[in-house]
Amino acid sequence: MSEWSRALSAPAAPEAGPVQTISGNRGLQIEEKLLFEQDSPGHCGVDLPDAAPFRSRLNGLERQGPIGLPGLSEPQIVRHFTRLSQKNYAIDSGLYPLGSCTMKHNPRLNEKLARLAGFADLHPLQPEATVPGALELIDTLAHWLKTLTGMPAIALSPAAGAQGELCGIMTIRAALEARGDRRSRILVPESAHGTNPATAATCGYAIEAIPANPRGRVDLAALKAALGPDVAALMLTNPNTCGLFEDEILEIAAAVHGAGAFFYCDGANFNAIVGRVRPSELGIDALQMNLHKTFSTPHGGGGPGSGPVALAAELASHAPLPWLVHGPAGLQLIEHADGAAERSIGRLKGFHGQMGMFVRALSYMMSHGADGLRQVAEDAVLNANYLRVRLADALSLSFPGICMHEVLFDDRFLKDTGITTLDFAKALIDEGFHPMTMYFPLVVHGALLIEPTETESKASLDQFVVVLRGLAKRAQSSKTGEGDAAAFRAAPRLTPRRRLDETAAARKPVLRWRPALPQEQAAE
Amino acid sequence: MRYLPLTDADRTAMLESIGAASIDALFADVPLAARQQGLLDLPRAMGEIEVERRLGAMAAKNLSAGAVPFFLGGGAYRHHIPAAVDHLIQRGEFLTSYTPYQPELAQGTLQYLFEFQTQVGLLSAMEVANASLYDGATACAEAVAMAGRVTRRDKAVLSGGLHPHYRAVCETYARFAGNELTLCDAAPSGGEDLAVLIDGDTACVVVQNPDFYGEVRDYSELAQICHRAGALLVVIVTEVLSLGAICPPGEMGANIVAAEGQSVGNALNFGGPYVGLFASREKFVRQMPGRLVGETLDAEGRRGWALTLSTREQHIRREKATSNICTNSGLCALAFTIHLSLLGESGLTRLARLNHATAVAAAERLSAIPGVELVNDSFFNEFTLRLSRAAAPVVDRLAERGVLGGIPVSRFYPGRPELEGLLLVAATETVTPEDIDRFEAALREGLR
Repeated sequence: MSEWSRALSAPAAPEAGPVQTISGNRGLQIEEKLLFEQDSPGHCGVDLPDAAPFRSRLNGLERQGPIGLPGLSEPQIVRHFTRLSQKNYAIDSGLYPLGSCTMKHNPRLNEKLARLAGFADLHPLQPEATVPGALELIDTLAHWLKTLTGMPAIALSPAAGAQGELCGIMTIRAALEARGDRRSRILVPESAHGTNPATAATCGYAIEAIPANPRGRVDLAALKAALGPDVAALMLTNPNTCGLFEDEILEIAAAVHGAGAFFYCDGANFNAIVGRVRPSELGIDALQMNLHKTFSTPHGGGGPGSGPVALAAELASHAPLPWLVHGPAGLQLIEHADGAAERSIGRLKGFHGQMGMFVRALSYMMSHGADGLRQVAEDAVLNANYLRVRLADALSLSFPGICMHEVLFDDRFLKDTGITTLDFAKALIDEGFHPMTMYFPLVVHGALLIEPTETESKASLDQFVVVLRGLAKRAQSSKTGEGDAAAFRAAPRLTPRRRLDETAAARKPVLRWRPALPQEQAAE
Repeated sequence: MRYLPLTDADRTAMLESIGAASIDALFADVPLAARQQGLLDLPRAMGEIEVERRLGAMAAKNLSAGAVPFFLGGGAYRHHIPAAVDHLIQRGEFLTSYTPYQPELAQGTLQYLFEFQTQVGLLSAMEVANASLYDGATACAEAVAMAGRVTRRDKAVLSGGLHPHYRAVCETYARFAGNELTLCDAAPSGGEDLAVLIDGDTACVVVQNPDFYGEVRDYSELAQICHRAGALLVVIVTEVLSLGAICPPGEMGANIVAAEGQSVGNALNFGGPYVGLFASREKFVRQMPGRLVGETLDAEGRRGWALTLSTREQHIRREKATSNICTNSGLCALAFTIHLSLLGESGLTRLARLNHATAVAAAERLSAIPGVELVNDSFFNEFTLRLSRAAAPVVDRLAERGVLGGIPVSRFYPGRPELEGLLLVAATETVTPEDIDRFEAALREGLR
């Protein structure tokens, strides 16, 4: 028996209730107050010189009264944020199987290179003659992305995947309008990320949902029925969020184009096909790539991202500013919508895009090379399929057959146990794993979407399988009354915090710290 | 390949477990015609040494700001970043974690975001702030969209003192959202009358402080005019450090504040990633874009944090969401929070004062040069000079002499003869008296 299953079979957990300590700490889980509660007025973690005497030029608008920021020294700050970091789970700590999030290893070489002064310490509006290497880097990244997608143009400025979607849909609308063709609807499959319908709505379109067929793919007949002269585009994620390749994609593309619409592909799951399938071969007109997924720029607790968009020729002339072009004197930025760029949709964000992410992504691509990137897709798909077969008889697989980079289960295996997908996922936390994506996509009941990525070893996957099988067995024994459904509902127990009351948080939102009122202080 | 842990033996064993004859069998759902046979025409895998050599060579071709006297601003500022900031944000538990949707194992991220929201609220003197947006320019466009939702009106008036990139992003978003913008012309010397542009359809007026040309303005009166007309006042701040010295937008009556947070904790990075700050009044919170962290209790009654009010967001609300934003600038927000924590109340005000003093010294020296005139009446750490000749070629000549001497306004407004002589100059605490000497000498020569 492996040590993992031993841990499972020994429920000698902290039973009678929470452990009581004088400090409130639980061993190395140290309670940490807010910065604002550690204020030592006048303290400062930065030593700065005094300003030489000068005459203020602030127009009499000097800030009056205290701002309310706490004062602390550097050791207090370093300890504070170190303790906070220790309350987080991370890829560095273990398997992070969030479906459709592509939580893969973040190489530290990329961090080092992004911090070179020749990239990090450049102002975006320095004279172009002083930044030829920066322009070369952006151009090289664009070349890699064009080669990987097979598409002729890359818009690099979008700040994240959702802004990439915005870029794609805006260019589509601009291209339609340039043809004198005003269309009002965008088709979005039910399994799509929420960003897809939100993006289409932001661009002024009505959204129509397209159902999935029993095989978890777009229902082609329903799609064809929905297409018409008022449809601007289809937004399709491929591989889709059920972890399946849309095997009728060529027919889908033909139907969309036949109706005079554009084919937008959400490239959030590009990791499954990078180096093995070029989106240009699939009839795609626009596709965003989330550099923080496929190309491993760190997620950073929620950002920053970067969402370059590959564009077909008809859309390229509408690409957002700035453009980087090869001119007679070498690489050159076009920052205004005139001349060659007169049909551009304009700016989507300040300056030139997420340069720090470009450096990391290019470092990642060069490290892998054409051969390594192809291996990335293969290993990602292999790992997901390995989990599929090892878990198929323990959880309930939503769709039979091979999957791509992620595998979708639903909650049929929890039927009559009194345990929900949420309970099951929270119990996984006590076993030392981050949960999978839950309740998404919406096309199956109680979804559990698992994406291991290519940077997990077989041993890591095997441990994960043992734990999931053990948990499933424990959950199912609740049907007979032997199991302990209440234990699942109480999970997690071994985290810095147990389940948080999210309903209370939303009912009466407390969104910032405020000093206690004087009478409250007196009462303490 | 150093990042791929599977061995060939693993792969063989796993394919066997799956019952697949080869890896190709796992790609069987891909139409045959679309399968890439063989490798794409790109370089093969490289070791660390080789990647570092190649990217290092590209980096070495650039003139980095720290290598020369440096005076650029225009919405991106070079400040000293304490060493502890970069050390702490590179802790893997921060760097390699996801959006904190599972609060039990993301209390670290959630707590610092709660601290971030509090800091942004304090700096701007607003009641609530979100957990960041992409950058200042997109935060500005989101503010315009939010004002439309709050007032149910669809017209926005944009001051000519607004950063041209912010204005351009608003134009792009508005064109597709169907909102109408009234764009005031570039206003380097102020004097614009925004009040006359407000009517019954006006959702908001967007102004910047200090404005794009560096002028420090009092918008209290404009706020009252807006409110009487049922419109919101949106105040943009591109140099957030100014809030350590200048009366904050909340005290002037702003309803929404959108700002660029880069200058606290974040390097110039050739323009990104940066961090958008977004703050508002509590009564509008359900119309705000972006993530929010709220305080709550756990199952044992202990204080903790969780993402909240997510029914505003795309992953719950889909096409009815307040914004399509998902990824934000979490790690840049962390850098902001750590740097601001290190500074604290006394450090922030001292740093702001030091910036102002440096800029005053630079403005006095530079405006004494024949052919150079200071446009501003007031400023914080950035001001506008009017040169006796076109600024762009002068800046290029200065760069050749090893001085990065400001941004010509013509870079934002090409083909406008009356703006050609204008030069934006920023001077932060990183500027030394010797830097000012060298800038002055080079500018004298450049104008000759």
